Amino acid sequence: MSWESWIVGTLSRTLAYGTPLLLATLGEIYAERSGVLNLGVEGMMIVGALSAFAVAYTTGNPWLGVLVSAVVGGAFSLIHAFASVTLRANQVVSGLALTMLGLGLSGVLGRRWEGWPLFTPLREVSIPGLSKIPVLGPALFEGQNLLVYIAVLLAVLLWFVLYKTRIGISIRAVGEDPATADSLGINVARVRYLCVFVGGVLAGLGGGYLSVAYRPSWTDGMTAGMGWIVIALTIFAFWNPLLGLVGAYFFAALFHLSFRLQAWLAPELLKTMPYVLAIVVLIVVARGTLQKRMGAPSALTIPYTRGEE
Amino acid sequence: MKRPTWIQIDRRPSPSPRVVFGISLLAIVAALVVAGIFFQAYGVSAFRAYGDILRGALGSKLGITETVRRMIPLLVIGIGLAVAFRALFWNIGAEGQLLIGAIAASGIALFSGIPGPLMIPAMFVGGFLAGALWGAVPAILKARLGINDVITTLMLNYVAIYIVEWLIHGPWKGPTMRGFAYSDPFPSAAVLPVIAGTRIHWPTLMLGLLAAVIAFIWVTRTRQGFEIRVVGENPDAARYSGISQAKITILAMVVSGGLAGVAGVGEVAGIHHMLLSPTHISMGYGYTAIIVAWLARRNPLAVIATSFLFGVIMRGGDVIKVSLGLPFQLVNVFNGLILFFLIGSEILMRYRIRIGRRVEA
Repeated sequence: MSWESWIVGTLSRTLAYGTPLLLATLGEIYAERSGVLNLGVEGMMIVGALSAFAVAYTTGNPWLGVLVSAVVGGAFSLIHAFASVTLRANQVVSGLALTMLGLGLSGVLGRRWEGWPLFTPLREVSIPGLSKIPVLGPALFEGQNLLVYIAVLLAVLLWFVLYKTRIGISIRAVGEDPATADSLGINVARVRYLCVFVGGVLAGLGGGYLSVAYRPSWTDGMTAGMGWIVIALTIFAFWNPLLGLVGAYFFAALFHLSFRLQAWLAPELLKTMPYVLAIVVLIVVARGTLQKRMGAPSALTIPYTRGEE
Repeated sequence: MKRPTWIQIDRRPSPSPRVVFGISLLAIVAALVVAGIFFQAYGVSAFRAYGDILRGALGSKLGITETVRRMIPLLVIGIGLAVAFRALFWNIGAEGQLLIGAIAASGIALFSGIPGPLMIPAMFVGGFLAGALWGAVPAILKARLGINDVITTLMLNYVAIYIVEWLIHGPWKGPTMRGFAYSDPFPSAAVLPVIAGTRIHWPTLMLGLLAAVIAFIWVTRTRQGFEIRVVGENPDAARYSGISQAKITILAMVVSGGLAGVAGVGEVAGIHHMLLSPTHISMGYGYTAIIVAWLARRNPLAVIATSFLFGVIMRGGDVIKVSLGLPFQLVNVFNGLILFFLIGSEILMRYRIRIGRRVEA
């Protein structure tokens, strides 16, 4: 294999695999920035994947599937928002419950489509002009679908909103010090609901991408732990959308490169790579920053009640 | 001041066991009602489904023994999780710890050549140690580097799954199994005895019941048990009083992982008598046991009751898979709903709502 085609292959696979991770990570960053840990990402992604497949399959329109996956993911996340914001329940347990529920519901409701391929996946596009650049053109601007680029734009947009707008300040304030935010007239509950919802929409989209673009089909449990990798990536990204972009693609590249170990490792052991990598990545981050704290929002996982500390 | 009706919400100091029991029961009933609505929406009569579950799980000798068979791993794992959750260590990795225990037991059964009567004790010890080691890794990572326990324990589940897959497709693939992905069957000395005519491998059940009593005494009556609770409930107080958080966390996870490993030994030595696909060894016992421990309010003795309840639910999943053609994944729907209602109802324990007609104030 020539080095050119090697680079093209690696970069384009990285972009393809990194996209669902990026989408869901951006969403989890927003939820956690507002102070709500949502461990239900895996569940939200899988209901997103099933609903996208079901709609795309029955209507023949993959974009409608993508849209529905966002709506379903968002709606599903509201269960967690209700439990953790309104009922002030334990966020770890509530998130786990959401994942169990998502895996269970998608397993039951998706059984009639189990193993079916989708004949109308998202179309591949090539970006006029950019795709003509040697090496980088075919690697990054050809053979991908629009959602890949939408995810990149979303990362930039969500970074801008979080750091450069009033809304972003409110979100960060609610996640760092809800009592002060409250005294400044910010509606803590509303911000948290909104951020969890954004998280659900993006996780749903990530799942939708899987079933209508990355691997156009439906299989039970097709997210295969991606939602948990997203939780790790959120920490790896220090809760910053742009670092989330870097982290998701970096992780996807490592994942893709680990397949070069095929000659030395049995295929079953190769499959452990994403999970081992996720742990390694967390160890590396922790070693560098333990002294300075991990930079997590101060009020993460702590419910807020006015007048109670 | 007179008002026609009033609703007053105030903090409940610390709920009595009766209140906790009542509210938990209410939560389970509510979850079952919602699951019933889901059945109806799916086109299955909820009454028929629940009828089948109850009859299939409790209505016959076979049903009850199969319920107990499902209960055994939930009991053994649930006790360990109750301990870990007390230290506020989120062990979501019991599924993996179970599989690693199963691997250790299989390795000893197939390759150690330990003489007959010592074989089974060696397998249990080996399974405990392997599960404990697998569980200690995330505990060390959390204690030393502050790495999130939920993620590491969960990631290690997937790693354990693929290690089993590798073993049964590769080095441990049984030459006598005609190309199927199983290990060779265990020698008879490595097979656990069962109550005649059932699949209840009673040594594991006895170990579980014994562990429940010992763990209960340990966490409620000893200094170390007290330290576990302090580390979980008030890390600052633990620091100031000189309790080593790292030591306590790792200890709790050695117990938790070890017990999950023991559950794995029970499944391969008591039910399957070989190492086989991870989805056959465990049908999500490690995850279901999380709810078992939570519902038991982290009380190891109460785990005996809650593991039986979830034994009924898992057995129920087996039954309606056949009678109504519903996938076993349905158990996850039950699990998720029950867990939601359980934590959602906890607000009723922290607060008391009083409604009255008229009040003089």
